Amino acid sequence: MRQLVILSGKGGTGKTTLASALISLSRTRAYADCDVDAPNLHLIGADYTRQEDASYYGLPLAVIDPDKCAACGACEQACRFDAVIQGSPYRINPYACEGCKVCGLVCPAQAIAMKPHQAGTMTLYYGEDAVFSTARLKMGSGTSGLLVSQVKNRLEHAAGEYTGFAVIDGSPGIGCPVIATLSGAHAALLVAEPSLSGLSDLERIIETARGFGVMIAVCVNKADINPEITDRIKAYCQREGLLFAGAIPYDPLAVQAVNQGRTIVDLDCPSGRAAEEIYRKIMPLLESA
Amino acid sequence: MMSDRTIAVLSGKGGTGKTFISVNLACAAAPATYIDCDAEEPNGHLFFQPAIKTQEAVNVPVPRVDPAKCIKCRQCVDFCAYHALAWTGRELLVFDEMCHGCGGCAMLCPVQALRETERAIGRVQTGEAQGVQVLSGFLNPGEATGVPVIKQLLNTKHPGGRAIIDCPPGSSCMVSESIQDADYCVLVAEPTRFGAHNLAMVHELARLYNKPCGVVLNKALPGDDPSRQYCQAHGLPILAEIAFEVQLGKLTSNGMIAVKEDPRYRALFERLLERIDQEACHAAVGHS
Amino acid sequence: MKIAIPVVSDVKDTAVSDTFGRAAMFMVYDTEADASIYIQNKAALSSGGAGIQAAQTVVDSEVSVLLTPQLGSNAAKVLKAAGIRLYKAQPGLNARENLERFTQGKLDALEQIHEGFHRH
Repeated sequence: MRQLVILSGKGGTGKTTLASALISLSRTRAYADCDVDAPNLHLIGADYTRQEDASYYGLPLAVIDPDKCAACGACEQACRFDAVIQGSPYRINPYACEGCKVCGLVCPAQAIAMKPHQAGTMTLYYGEDAVFSTARLKMGSGTSGLLVSQVKNRLEHAAGEYTGFAVIDGSPGIGCPVIATLSGAHAALLVAEPSLSGLSDLERIIETARGFGVMIAVCVNKADINPEITDRIKAYCQREGLLFAGAIPYDPLAVQAVNQGRTIVDLDCPSGRAAEEIYRKIMPLLESA
Repeated sequence: MMSDRTIAVLSGKGGTGKTFISVNLACAAAPATYIDCDAEEPNGHLFFQPAIKTQEAVNVPVPRVDPAKCIKCRQCVDFCAYHALAWTGRELLVFDEMCHGCGGCAMLCPVQALRETERAIGRVQTGEAQGVQVLSGFLNPGEATGVPVIKQLLNTKHPGGRAIIDCPPGSSCMVSESIQDADYCVLVAEPTRFGAHNLAMVHELARLYNKPCGVVLNKALPGDDPSRQYCQAHGLPILAEIAFEVQLGKLTSNGMIAVKEDPRYRALFERLLERIDQEACHAAVGHS
Repeated sequence: MKIAIPVVSDVKDTAVSDTFGRAAMFMVYDTEADASIYIQNKAALSSGGAGIQAAQTVVDSEVSVLLTPQLGSNAAKVLKAAGIRLYKAQPGLNARENLERFTQGKLDALEQIHEGFHRH
């Protein structure tokens, strides 16, 4: 299974809308949503015949045994994350606990143990001829790169012998979940927003993607909102030797499609036509990746 | 008192218009304070271009080893939950950016070979722009957590009066930290199926902390609206609807503040402020 | 000398893992004994710092060489400080084949170290 990842330096660029169009156009049999903080891809889509859920465990968190706790307060003094709640017995606030284990070190009654903590849920959806892997982090959770890796691993296992391209809807931003998304990717399509902050975010994600040696293509969404910056992005791609795959106009019909749970290529609309152009342009890139 | 209220602006996802709304609210409320808690990607200062008054480093503890004392027992390496320490066979390596500053290794070392020192993970900057005090938090790229930056930011003195907090997107620990002292939460949502889903997530967070909240529908279009339906189903007041307008998008993408450029937006944001005050008053009465 | 490779399983002809930090296990081949052992990689399920933890496991196995398809900057720092030489494992070849290439001097030194996952 090879991987095409869809990324954007910034949130809200339309990555998921475009990813769902590419999934439909490419007729891929495997796809995933790696935006585990705010997954949206499952809202557009196919009919699934079954699903498999699994728990995701992050860092173990401290738990105080109420029978052993002497309410001495040593843990509260030692905790640097304000995670200890006074009382009889004392309790740990799981939203604040960072799993450092210092409380366990100082407790004179050995009342504190580290317990596995469910930090999210992973789901595999099976359709007629495709499998979709997604996950969601629980509120207040910290790390998400491991969960992203697991979403992709589960997809690989479920996709079995599939040798085509899996389409991976990535995390926004440039942080660590994005790095986890890029690891193992063969090609990356970067979705840019034509704004000052969007331009600087694009530059940063290109730098990140280059470090992984993936084939890179760039497109601009809602391009007509600021044609000057769209042109700057095109020129930047030319200078840097990156494939500029196309520009998608702002399209109210795209919102309609999404609200109906459909992709922009299910309707006849300007953004759908632009997405088809983009797909045509990136196909040679995928073949050589 | 109404004029002392702290309003936090959140959204389930980036790109919904949190900064657009907070910046314009702060401008409409001037004299007021704008606090940018999106320390990974602070953007508010790009709009305000404030005259900078102070800059302070945000420091966290980090261990340093005295190799002469180290007995190579590796207890510290085995203890560290974040794998911030590694033993190479010859020396102890410390990975500063992995360290959460818990103090455990220094506490544990049988020969006190580890001492804690400080290092900067970011900074807090204060400035002023035409009646708005602009407080911004900056987290250095690659750092483990932005929570210490937000803590320092919210502890930074500013002239009383109204404060608008621009929160990070999502529902992570950084967002929780940002809303701790808020009197009211404004949830920004796009009126799409995605928007409604993301709204539900951030609403859950606000409820967890018992914060009264209301919704602003941003980039609104006529027609079927899952976010509005969510608000109705959950008794969430819709404080304002800001229609999608190409001109507004262009203005904002060029770093301009709508309230300053267009009297219609000034009027809209002044109405929004009034509405927030009304709702926050009701909520306060309801809780007392 | 001993050579380590991140692998997918402990069967003969196992594939090379495409990630270092989250490889299922490490194969450690001893050239003098002409035998391999397999070490579990506890970092595979680690919530953060997988590269560092995996590198620590490799350092503790007393190898002098690591063959890997890719490596993050944190892991590289640990391995280089421990004096372990790094070579790029070739994709498409299994672990045994990569070992053969290495002993024939046909593998390149690992030049490109990527950003790394940074805490994940």
